[in-house]
Amino acid sequence: MLALHPAKKLSFNRPINNGDLVIVYERHDIMKAVTVSEGSVLQNRFGVFKHSEWIGKPFGSKVVSSKGGFVYLLAPTPELWTLVLNHRTQILYIADISFVIMYLEIVPGCVVLESGTGSGSLTTSLARAVAPSGHVYTFDFHEQRAASARADFERTGLSSLVTVQVRDIQGEGFPDTFTGMADSVFLDLPQPWLVIPSAAKVLRHDGTLCSFSPCIEQVQRTCETLRTCFTDIRTFEVLLRTYEVREEKMQSLCGDGNGSLPSKRRQCSDGSYVLSSSSPSISSVMARPCGEARGHTGYLTFARVKSLS
Amino acid sequence: MCESGSRVTWEGCSVLLDINDGDRLVFARLSPSAKLKIGNKNCSLQPLIGRPFGTAFQVDGPYLSPAQGCLSICDLVNGNNAEELRDVQVSVKSRDKVEDNYPEEERDVQANVDSRDNRELVDNNTAQRLTGEDIEAMRRQGAGGNEIIEALIANSVTFEKKTSFSQEKYRLKKQKKYAPKVLMRRPVARSICEAYFKKYPSKIGFLRVDTLSLLLSMGNVSSNSDILVVDMIGGLLTGAVAERLGGTGFVCNSYSGQAPYSMDIVRIFNLSDEICKRIVRSPISDLLSQKELPEQTLQHDDACNVESRSTDQMSASTSMEDNSHSLENGISDLGAENTEPAKVRKAPKAGERAHKEIIDLWKENGFSSLIIAAPELDTWALVRDVLPLLANSAPFAIYHQYLQPLATCMHNLQLEKMAIGLQITEPWLREYQVLPSRTHPCMQMSSFGGYILSGTKICST
Repeated sequence: MLALHPAKKLSFNRPINNGDLVIVYERHDIMKAVTVSEGSVLQNRFGVFKHSEWIGKPFGSKVVSSKGGFVYLLAPTPELWTLVLNHRTQILYIADISFVIMYLEIVPGCVVLESGTGSGSLTTSLARAVAPSGHVYTFDFHEQRAASARADFERTGLSSLVTVQVRDIQGEGFPDTFTGMADSVFLDLPQPWLVIPSAAKVLRHDGTLCSFSPCIEQVQRTCETLRTCFTDIRTFEVLLRTYEVREEKMQSLCGDGNGSLPSKRRQCSDGSYVLSSSSPSISSVMARPCGEARGHTGYLTFARVKSLS
Repeated sequence: MCESGSRVTWEGCSVLLDINDGDRLVFARLSPSAKLKIGNKNCSLQPLIGRPFGTAFQVDGPYLSPAQGCLSICDLVNGNNAEELRDVQVSVKSRDKVEDNYPEEERDVQANVDSRDNRELVDNNTAQRLTGEDIEAMRRQGAGGNEIIEALIANSVTFEKKTSFSQEKYRLKKQKKYAPKVLMRRPVARSICEAYFKKYPSKIGFLRVDTLSLLLSMGNVSSNSDILVVDMIGGLLTGAVAERLGGTGFVCNSYSGQAPYSMDIVRIFNLSDEICKRIVRSPISDLLSQKELPEQTLQHDDACNVESRSTDQMSASTSMEDNSHSLENGISDLGAENTEPAKVRKAPKAGERAHKEIIDLWKENGFSSLIIAAPELDTWALVRDVLPLLANSAPFAIYHQYLQPLATCMHNLQLEKMAIGLQITEPWLREYQVLPSRTHPCMQMSSFGGYILSGTKICST
């Protein structure tokens, strides 16, 4: 998924190979992740697609099925992966993920501790942010989910950047071997306040912490505990609204011979279109918010470990 | 460890000074002669050199000194030795006094939590028995900020009748006036964007920090990527992308016409030499053109470099006052040192002209992604020219503070089948106060953070 070595920086422009992970794009809300396997086929409502026909094509290609339907083959990115991955748990989405990485001040070379791993949505973006020389250590107390996450990171090529461990962070805290080593800690746990002392211990000077909680009561308990050894405590909520864009036709109010017709037409029409004088309607590109939106994901609480000086 | 990873300040570095919890945010470049005005005092920034980022300071006469818990330190008054000695004694006394008070305060706060209300409080402007002259006299006698605050509380008729919440608010308000706090922060993309959005939003195209974070994610900025940016927001986007690349890959800051856009904000980032080397500039026309004859390219480079320098000079005059002032001091100090000038000359400057070889490489392979923040350009005309420079399946993100240019652009991209996964998003950011028994959203918030059009480029059939 990531260009981990300079020699691989051209990953977007190389052709699709056997064994590659590709994102099959049918529509903006229908995508799936497929590992290319010569001899395999993909079946969907647009027909049957042979993997062997994909090999050698560049990413971004449109491929046609035996029935004449088509899909696009995209190179995977953490954003696309977040949209296609298997949900073993509730996951974070792009608005929260991007804000977390910005506020934790994560750059290449950072060491990040995360718990729990969940479905690995945030972990993938953390790995991209710390590459090539940083590392993400992620902990989950569910053995099977940890194994599934490990398999996913193998599949997406992130294994060298991510270490998955099975550990009950709420009960045991972070391992002592990480004392003073982490640049950032991210917590997505039901009782994050139990982990605050351990997080303070593993963070280096000026290190940052983030806790994600859906309920405000969790935030209150977390902030109360944070006050003992953290500063700059701030709580946010980030939401996204999306817009639909379409071309709409409007009936002209002006009749033939009306003196204001020319200015009316010029005023209404988009510069991209030439309208004949006899046209009874005018087209314009319109945008409106989508009717549905994600109304709440969770509160993000950020804090900085206190200076010892 | 490289400079930008360091958590301790050094002479010549940029810092963000947070005065009174975000009331005022100032970028400064540290040097022994740099000064900052806080209230009506000019404070030297020299004590900040060599301190860890995150250190809190208090105003201590002409200096900022590290804050030590709740202890206050008297203002030192310039004068003869006798006065200084007396001040020192007063300082010692006040320190002891405050130490005694602190545990007492804690006990009082707990005892005072009760069900008092404001039914008997009347705003008749007679609650405070100290006059302005009294306060000035205390200050002249060397009273510290916390001492003045305690005196104000002791002389307030109504303080004891307030609820504990009101008392806390009152104390905080006085602290901001009489004992200002200064917190020294690392300038990173987040804090720089927040500071500019708060004070000079139009310089960064009204780009809010959550919107900037979305641009970096939707643009898939990661190591070993070559990112094409069109940055007309002072260099904030270029600096943020370079910070995320961490010295791998390239940021190509491109511009239409022949004069590069201002990149002043990049200098605030404290980026290492390796990272600065990988911030390059190119006119869009160079990226679009066929290979040129060597002679023409040479002339082109010379002309552009001259324009680039003059643009930088013009841009410098529009920088923030404090930054300009500090930069001037920095420059004069560096001139006085023997070793510094050589170092400065050798250090690569962010925004060197991109070499022809690397441009040819980009033409052959395409950029890994494209990010645009160009409020003054025709969005669709720009995207139509620039999108073909991307590699296939590369993501792109376009920021604008107005919706219509992005709607038109999205519509046209669909018609021309140049991209898929197109989406216009608008982020919404709310901050919360979380305190015992008084948790609520902040009553003032930024209501608008701009729009982003994102998508993925596809093979043209």
